[in-house]
Amino acid sequence: MNFDLTKEQKMIQEMVSKFAEKEIAPQAEHIDKTGEFPYDTFMKMGELGLLGIPFPEQYGGSGGDTVSYAIAVEEIGKACGSTGLSYAAAVSLGAAPIYYFGTEEQKQKYLIPLASGKALGSFGLTEPNAGSDAGGTKTSAVLEGDHYVINGEKTYITNAEFAKQVIVTAVTGKNDKGKKIISAIIVPTGISGFKITSNYDKLGVRGSNTSELVFDNVKVPKENLLGDPIKGFNQFLYTLDGGRISIAALALGIAQAAYEAALQYAKERTQFGTSISKFQAIQFKLADMAMELELARNMIYKVAWLKDNERPFSKEASIAKLYASEVSSRITNQAIQIHGGYGYMREYKVERYLRDAKLTEIGEGTSEIQRHIIAKKIGL
Amino acid sequence: MNIFVLLKQTFDTEEHVRIESGVIADDDVKFVINPYDEYAVEEAVQIKDDLGGKVTIVSIGPDRSEEALRTALAMGADEAVLIDPEDYQLDEHSYSKILHAYLKDQSVDLIIGGFFSVDQGSGQVAIRLAHLLDIPHVSAITELNVEEGKATAKRDAEGDTETVQVALPALFTAQQGLNEPRYPSLPGIMKAKKKPLQRLMLDELGIDEISGKTVSTEITSPPSRKAGEILQGEVEEQVEQLIAKLKEDKVLNT
Repeated sequence: MNFDLTKEQKMIQEMVSKFAEKEIAPQAEHIDKTGEFPYDTFMKMGELGLLGIPFPEQYGGSGGDTVSYAIAVEEIGKACGSTGLSYAAAVSLGAAPIYYFGTEEQKQKYLIPLASGKALGSFGLTEPNAGSDAGGTKTSAVLEGDHYVINGEKTYITNAEFAKQVIVTAVTGKNDKGKKIISAIIVPTGISGFKITSNYDKLGVRGSNTSELVFDNVKVPKENLLGDPIKGFNQFLYTLDGGRISIAALALGIAQAAYEAALQYAKERTQFGTSISKFQAIQFKLADMAMELELARNMIYKVAWLKDNERPFSKEASIAKLYASEVSSRITNQAIQIHGGYGYMREYKVERYLRDAKLTEIGEGTSEIQRHIIAKKIGL
Repeated sequence: MNIFVLLKQTFDTEEHVRIESGVIADDDVKFVINPYDEYAVEEAVQIKDDLGGKVTIVSIGPDRSEEALRTALAMGADEAVLIDPEDYQLDEHSYSKILHAYLKDQSVDLIIGGFFSVDQGSGQVAIRLAHLLDIPHVSAITELNVEEGKATAKRDAEGDTETVQVALPALFTAQQGLNEPRYPSLPGIMKAKKKPLQRLMLDELGIDEISGKTVSTEITSPPSRKAGEILQGEVEEQVEQLIAKLKEDKVLNT
């Protein structure tokens, strides 16, 4: 047993924390208000190698591990939830599936620009009537000669407007039992019939781009199929398991920011002639927050470690995501409570943390879906 | 171009300094590269990128200093040397002696250090080293241009800027404003672990015994400031109150 981070992990933490504090945090309020996607920040993150942490150098990555990646998401999320979410989605969903399941040619063509930070990628799974219920998928891809022709629509797709390509899940046929076969296809943006709009008005993570995709007879070469044509669905499950680690880390980062703001405010705020941090009612809130943060972080590091050591990590990813996102909502809510009326005002930032944290209970599988996965894994 | 950077690992400037049993407690403290030394590292790496050569980071300090050295390597330095001060009580005099013992045998074109370290703040070690090596130095520089065999530096001189030209080899200390230190990139961090880091004991530098010229006898926290008082009323009334108070405290004599 060893709970120490390695020297490299510590250095990455130090660097990302410094970078996030100087380059990301000062923009957080602006992008929350305007909904402007911080594309320039992503280019800077790319130059530092942050977009390629968990990928090897031969594919433009930095050769880091999942623990380092989770640490980076936490630090970025702490500075700005919107940037944190788009970062997590770019790496875990936009790039990782190509690394896991892509052919060598696909890695050369698509992964290198993503991992080296020259472009962003996106992943389109959710539809108006399908998400975690993949069986509801309606988007179809029909093989005509050497092309797939794609029709359908996708909703709530992170980063799509700024992506070079979107990995799209689509029904490509039926198996012997009449069940839908779902495959993943790499679809470059900007091609004929592929329309991307970003008109959502969201509660939180407002600076993270969320798009709607419409496919109207979109033609892509058949070699754009990603991974196994039959086992496509299992690939998404694996991808989502990895993504959940990053959403857990994002939840943790947002909660850590709220906790630090509340701790500082409690020490500074005087009522009834004393600092409110002397009141047990406030102390216990802060003690609970410290406990929940510690537990969430331990679970996130553990599941990242499991993934790095090629152990099964599906149940643990759900546990980490479920726990971290729920405590994030609770901690950010209590941080507002400690701030009282000031906390309800935008000026004090903590209200943004709550709005951003809520997303983590919904995105990449709701808390209910996480409980469903854990229940299945314990044999129910 | 053989460039050496003098680097010290110091407390993070945001750390609260605690004194326990007469010594500064350093458990649970975040350590960083001394901020002025970070400018020195950045400058050295930039010069190397322009003119070619090698950047070696030299530090005297405990084991934990390796973290600071690895960060400098991740920023682009090539090698690092960590000298163990063992259990000796050292001061600016003895630190510069140790650095001299190492550097006198190296082929040196440029030495860059920080203007001072944010912990001890004496600003002496680098300058003493230049004296021992018998090379010119320019302190508190805000600009440095290196050419064949010489260098031109701008330095902070009591609010004015002085331009100084020196022959190489020479030593410079970095002032804020010299450059904007880069973030170590991820590939830089991963490469840093494979770069050479040499650890030296004092006897390997031919030092059998060393002592400082000064001894630190006591460390105390500054006295906490007493609460101030805000005077009330019209300006004239306030002036009268102020004079009365100053007389009361015997600051003013009647």
